[in-house]
Amino acid sequence: MNNDVQPNESVPESSEPTLGADALGTQDSTTAAPALELVDIVMSFGSNRVLKGVDLTLHPGRITALLGANGAGKSTLIKILAGVYSAVSGEVRIDGVPVEINRPLDATANGLQTVHQRIDDSILPGLTVAENLVFEEIARGQAPKVSSLSALLPRAREIASSLSLGWSDEVLRKDVYELGIADCQLLLLARALVHRPKVLILDEPTSTLSSAEADRLYELIFRLRDEGVAILYVSHRMGEIKALADDVVVLRDGRIIDEQHRPFDLNRAVAAMLGQQTVRDAEEVVENRGETTRFAIKDVQLLKHSVPTSVELRAGEVTGIIGLIGAGKTELAEVIYGANTKTTAHMELNGKPYAPRNPKEAISHGVYLVPEDRAAEAMLPGWSISSTLSLPFLRSFAGLFSLNTAKENRNASDAISEFGIVSTGPDQPVDALSGGNQQKVIVARWMREKTNLLVLDEPFRGVDIGARRDISHRARELASRGACVAVLVSDVEEVREVADRIIVLVEGEARLDAYTSEITNELIISTMSEVSA
Amino acid sequence: MTQATETKAPVSTSDSSAMDTVRDIVVKYGFIAVTIGFFVYFAVTEPAFATSSSIFAMLKFASVTAILGIGVMFTMVVGGLDLSIGSTAGLSVQLAAMTMVFYNMNAGTAIVAVLLGGLVVGCLNAFLIVVCKIPDLLATLAVMFVIQGAKLIPVNGQSVSGGMVRQDGTVAPGKFDPAFLKIDRGYVGPVPLPVVIMLVVVVVAWFILARTSWGRILYAIGSNPDAARLAGVRVGLHRALAYIMCSLFASVGGLILVSRIGQGDVAAGSSSLLEAVAVALVGTSVLGLAKPNAWGTLLGALLIAIVLTGMNMKGLQYYHQDTAKGLVLLLALLFSFTVSRRKARYTPAT
Repeated sequence: MNNDVQPNESVPESSEPTLGADALGTQDSTTAAPALELVDIVMSFGSNRVLKGVDLTLHPGRITALLGANGAGKSTLIKILAGVYSAVSGEVRIDGVPVEINRPLDATANGLQTVHQRIDDSILPGLTVAENLVFEEIARGQAPKVSSLSALLPRAREIASSLSLGWSDEVLRKDVYELGIADCQLLLLARALVHRPKVLILDEPTSTLSSAEADRLYELIFRLRDEGVAILYVSHRMGEIKALADDVVVLRDGRIIDEQHRPFDLNRAVAAMLGQQTVRDAEEVVENRGETTRFAIKDVQLLKHSVPTSVELRAGEVTGIIGLIGAGKTELAEVIYGANTKTTAHMELNGKPYAPRNPKEAISHGVYLVPEDRAAEAMLPGWSISSTLSLPFLRSFAGLFSLNTAKENRNASDAISEFGIVSTGPDQPVDALSGGNQQKVIVARWMREKTNLLVLDEPFRGVDIGARRDISHRARELASRGACVAVLVSDVEEVREVADRIIVLVEGEARLDAYTSEITNELIISTMSEVSA
Repeated sequence: MTQATETKAPVSTSDSSAMDTVRDIVVKYGFIAVTIGFFVYFAVTEPAFATSSSIFAMLKFASVTAILGIGVMFTMVVGGLDLSIGSTAGLSVQLAAMTMVFYNMNAGTAIVAVLLGGLVVGCLNAFLIVVCKIPDLLATLAVMFVIQGAKLIPVNGQSVSGGMVRQDGTVAPGKFDPAFLKIDRGYVGPVPLPVVIMLVVVVVAWFILARTSWGRILYAIGSNPDAARLAGVRVGLHRALAYIMCSLFASVGGLILVSRIGQGDVAAGSSSLLEAVAVALVGTSVLGLAKPNAWGTLLGALLIAIVLTGMNMKGLQYYHQDTAKGLVLLLALLFSFTVSRRKARYTPAT
């Protein structure tokens, strides 16, 4: 998809530096004064240390790609640079001078600009394109208090021209909602450039763009680099990183663990990101091999532009489905669970056609899902452990007229002791539990005698290592009793720990399907980082 | 949901734990204390206040508000709010009057007509909210206006009473069935019938919400609709049922109201909306539950009845009443949202 992007080397060096005096001749050397230095940045939320001492240096006129899996601390790091969070300790230096960044305004004042991943968080629908372009000035009271739209147009034109967007007045007068996603992305970039930043942070700017739209963005990014801006580029797309970046840094578990300059060894970078160095736990897992196909899905198109794919899951084994963000894991889980009925798929359960219209029907077939986003999709604020556990199966807790709360409590006590849930008892509200214990409650809910197929979507996210071991142990035990279990993850270490069989999902397509003992981590990683043709 | 009453405090430092304990006690029992406080104050300062006839009058006064409040509470449990409840009660008033006065039917037919009317409004609200996906506040606001206007058309904007002259010049053939008037004026032993109906409604609502799986499902929808759906709850179906319940309770309240006024007053019910919403919101602050509940709603209705009756005895004019109601509501909201560390999760219109 990135064939049109010019590699760094072929970019003419003669372009006029306008933003930074250091811009000339810095592209091949890292000796020029760094634009931004992070020294030993530590960040924690409560007792949870998210960043454990990050050192990062960005040079003017260079694009540094930042890689990191879910939960590595990437978004925390970006929010510190944007002034949303204040680091617990560590130093931020701009052009060698230490600065304090405690508020978003501090970041702007010090020449740091961030374009966040979620466009919806930054765009103001209902306002025109012009108003969106000059919005920061409106918000800060620098624009005239009372003014017609026409009065704003000259300034909006000026901002738009900084990126040579070439938008006519007609476009500027449109509601921003009528712009495509790509143009919104460019609008936000233009808005960020108003402040002539020394350092520009782009968080997955192409995740919603088509390849032609992305190419347009790349051109702009190259131009900014040549003007001497230091760019931190967050992305999961290997092809993009290969084409764009001058340097690559990898964040894992709150630390930078790999740094590379061209030419890159992207396999090594992905391996570092996914935690390949950690050797599989000494306690060797006995691999189960299922005989009968429990579930099959045929010719399902998981992503907008992906090819149809098919997956089979067998009873008696844990299948690990691994893929990068955006590979279609959650989409697959939702189709299986009847939570997304827009995607059509031919499915079979125990050899019979299976087409759930909603989660309730999936549950009645013994097909269960632990969703990816625990807080948004599984937790019921204020609910006790016992009611959280019983909600999907209230019928089995019904007494003559009312709910049998004694039975509910027994059920909860059993789960608490079986899963080792650290709590004050069945009545404790789930909100008060730690992340790992919350997840244990959600997982325990679905481990029943009647479980046919249990899908766990990123079950280890925000979960400590002990809880992770417990959950994967339970999942393996469930499978050994004859159930079919699918675990969807993006971490090689995790998939090794839990799975008997591994399927690699790449851009909505099942690419590799093998027993865990038969494949190496290298093969998994190189398959995951394959760039589609 | 009994377990929710014993919320464990999150980990706190020892310095603030004493403060937190005080705060928890205030949140849990503060509103009950306020209600008792008002009662004792009026009982001491006004000799006529704490007599049994006065107390029954207060309970009777509270009955319509409490029943409508229970209705609104059902929609609040699923995270919504029904603004059409007052006009539904008003519609019931007129349906009962028209059935008896225009069509010369008896009390039983009138009651059936009123309940059917409530069912129709409930289904309309449910359809607009669940099927047409209009945000509930907006859908029920529109329905409120439609009902208020449409009910005036067949009566030419006139209140319906026995012996009235109709649009076509004929005299209406019927009058209010004496048996119908007994709904408000009847007694069970010493207890007025509306008070008995109120208690039955509250107990039924409490039982449904706190003891049955259906109640659990309704609370789940209000707590996190996405999580409820992924746990196999048919969110749309149960939200629809909650709105139908609400309108049915509104028509029960309307029955008592029309029996009390004895005519099809066109303005009846119009002030009930804000009172019903207020008492249901007051209810969320009781016992620190931070969620809509039946006994709290009853307590809210009682508090308002106590305050208004007491103010009446003290000779305050009617126009002080709205201020008093507003202050009671404000106090309850302070308990729920400001003092409580367990923030109320009342989230209207998603």
